[in-house]
Amino acid sequence: MSTKPHVPVVEGYFTEEGGAKLLGGRCARCGAYFFPKQYSFCRNPACGAPDLDDVELSTRGTLWSFTDNRYAPPPPYPATEPFEPYGVAAVELDVEKMVVLGQVARGVDVSSLHAGQAMELVVEPLYESDDVVHTVWKWRPVQEVAS
Amino acid sequence: MSDVVIIGAGMHPWGKWGRNFVEYGVVAARTALADAGLEWSDVGFLAAGNTMRNGYPGYVSGSTFAQALGWRGVRVSSSFAACASGAVAIDQARAQIQAGRCDVALVVGADTAPKGFFGPLPGVRPEDPDWLRFHILGATNPTYFGLYARRRMEAYGATAKDFAAVKVKNSRHGLTNPNARYRKEFGYDEIEASPVVADPLRLVDICATSDGAASLVLASAEFAATRADHDRQVRLAAISTVTPQYPNTYLDMPDIATDSAVGVALPERTFRDSIAAAAYEEAGVGPGDLSLAEVYDLSTALELDWYENIGLCGEGEAEALLHSGATSLGGRVPVNPSGGLACFGEAIPAQAIAQVCELTWQLRGEAGERQVEGARVALSINQGLFGHGSCVIATK
Repeated sequence: MSTKPHVPVVEGYFTEEGGAKLLGGRCARCGAYFFPKQYSFCRNPACGAPDLDDVELSTRGTLWSFTDNRYAPPPPYPATEPFEPYGVAAVELDVEKMVVLGQVARGVDVSSLHAGQAMELVVEPLYESDDVVHTVWKWRPVQEVAS
Repeated sequence: MSDVVIIGAGMHPWGKWGRNFVEYGVVAARTALADAGLEWSDVGFLAAGNTMRNGYPGYVSGSTFAQALGWRGVRVSSSFAACASGAVAIDQARAQIQAGRCDVALVVGADTAPKGFFGPLPGVRPEDPDWLRFHILGATNPTYFGLYARRRMEAYGATAKDFAAVKVKNSRHGLTNPNARYRKEFGYDEIEASPVVADPLRLVDICATSDGAASLVLASAEFAATRADHDRQVRLAAISTVTPQYPNTYLDMPDIATDSAVGVALPERTFRDSIAAAAYEEAGVGPGDLSLAEVYDLSTALELDWYENIGLCGEGEAEALLHSGATSLGGRVPVNPSGGLACFGEAIPAQAIAQVCELTWQLRGEAGERQVEGARVALSINQGLFGHGSCVIATK
């Protein structure tokens, strides 16, 4: 296990402090959610409010679809040598009613997934540079706690 | 609004020729002009589709082609709408004619494409979704095609063999098309032996990146009436270049997330459905009137989505429609008689124009062995990154 500090691969999209969470925007006027926050204003044409609140999005959703990438993408993807295939999942967040893409967490067999199953957010390494581990959000099936 | 007529169509064959895109575009433009029996000196407006991967000349394609054909003061437009660029250029040309600013307009799209996956433009741009999706997710174009294909399997019980059947059909359609890059029949065994790129899609399920060029000559109905070759004229009945309605809850390329459906009513139609609906409304026809369609088969599975988006069948029924033979040559409504992107590969700014070239040849009865008998109404449709719809309906 690397002892290097974890740094999000992109600023302002997610955090792992206090548990993995996506960071988005919410319009105080119409209630619309946005991920990423991207702009300072609301994009609902019936609203157009000038500000969005910073919010943490729900961490669970329903799997809409998924795929398994078997070929190395072109740069700027930080592909490892040798290339490791990775899954990509599209998950509809329960509360925000929006589909968010993410890689499938390591160790999850992509062929075992099925649309409609419950998924949860995790933060994992994407790649390491000399000094830091660059992290990204990923999806994995909800880990059922034995009762 | 006065009618606009297609009086000329031409292409430079698709391939991997490795030459400057301007060379292809000029061949296509001269071919289309010759087809119309006109000269460059007869053209009052030039509308071109941009290419992002060929330097500055690609961003100012209108003036690039005006210079290449020979400066003569013609006004130009240079449009970029990703895969829909060609249709936007056609729309620009049509608008100039409808506004009475010219009688004859030339439309050109040409591309020289890199090998392999399309990547983002160079540089480090975390605020550009098209850069970010590659960097942090490894979400290539085939990743999205794989998600859409898997969705059909999960929601409707589609199989990889259904997708292969699209390839088998389109490879037969394009066999004798002189402008197609791949003229080879594919069978199921060969498709199954093809490596998986983005599960469930294999290499041969996904369209290649190609060089190529396509061109159209448009004219006002008044100008067209003065020409001798009325039988070869095709009416441009509709062009839809709509963008999505908020909230767009379908995951479109290159987005990392959709809009949120919280607190608002969903639009009456999905974005892809709305692209065709706007064209049908303008043309005053419906799906039942179509003689043929050219749809953007970036992947085999995506062709099936389009059957539903253009109303050939209901949701989840595309596989059955395909297997009924209705969308094969000789069927009720052949889809991609040209062979589609399966046989062409994609030359981005040329592709939507190439689709309309095929509609033109089909409606004239000049499509040779791939001719759809008695074609009267034809539709082409595609979708470009960042919310660009494109649909053209042409009629005899």
